[in-house]
Amino acid sequence: MSFNAGDAINELKVTPDKFLPVRYAGASGDFNPIHTDKEYATMVGLPSTILHGLWSMAQVARAVTDNAGGPEKITSLSVQFRGMGFPEQEITVSGTVREVEGDVATLDVVAEQNGNAIIRNAVAKVDAT
Amino acid sequence: MGANLRLEATLARGSPAASYAPVSCAAPMPVNTSAIGKTFAPGTYAVGREKVKEYANAVGETNPVHLDPAAARAAGYADVVAPPMFAVVFISQTMTPTLFDPEVGMNFALMVHGGQSFEWTRPIVAGEEITTHVSVKDIYEKDGKGFYVYETISKDESDETVVTGEWTFLVRGV
Repeated sequence: MSFNAGDAINELKVTPDKFLPVRYAGASGDFNPIHTDKEYATMVGLPSTILHGLWSMAQVARAVTDNAGGPEKITSLSVQFRGMGFPEQEITVSGTVREVEGDVATLDVVAEQNGNAIIRNAVAKVDAT
Repeated sequence: MGANLRLEATLARGSPAASYAPVSCAAPMPVNTSAIGKTFAPGTYAVGREKVKEYANAVGETNPVHLDPAAARAAGYADVVAPPMFAVVFISQTMTPTLFDPEVGMNFALMVHGGQSFEWTRPIVAGEEITTHVSVKDIYEKDGKGFYVYETISKDESDETVVTGEWTFLVRGV
């Protein structure tokens, strides 16, 4: 995959279904009930159950590897978690190529849901060969 | 009460159910930096084919190298390839108990997972065993928040590093 500085990467759109956090909890081993139990989530002051931050980060990683041409292409990913993500609402992962130096492309990526950045300042490095 | 209270997922992974008890008015605690540099016992995780597929499905991966052993072999891998973020699965098993270390002393009720970074050396495939080393890289206070930075180094059976992680947790109101 060729990358050129300033180019947009292909967007990834995904809408986690109502029970996605249950499946991700089982797959990841993260059973914090703020992700699966609405009663518990609201008791600790959240508006509802929220998505796992690391699931959302995985969507950023997937957008990067899809653009780069495979899982072996990504060499680093750094993110900041900000707003909360929710099930049953579409998430868009978008980004641009910041620079290409030799065989390494640096991508700036963000994941948004309803105009709210849930993953921001994501920086990925990929093998651009 | 805790309109802005958010318990972050990563903390409770694998922890006893009692740890989930919500605390809405925990007293602020100053950061204790004595745990900087502390290391914990490493842990080994066996990467299984069905677990990789389960994880890949949960995060929406459609690339057949994650799901189909034949496709993985055709692409030159010994077995299905773990998606890069599968690292959280094998790291958490070892790291999560260390987050509750009393010397680190994080106040979970006021804690959020603020940032995360990984560096990957190569893809990991089903059948490998990965050993993760956990240490406390830094603890500091800034703008009234406590910052707890963990480093994880995950190695393959040849003792080669395959993934390094930096996990930043924030505790408000220290």
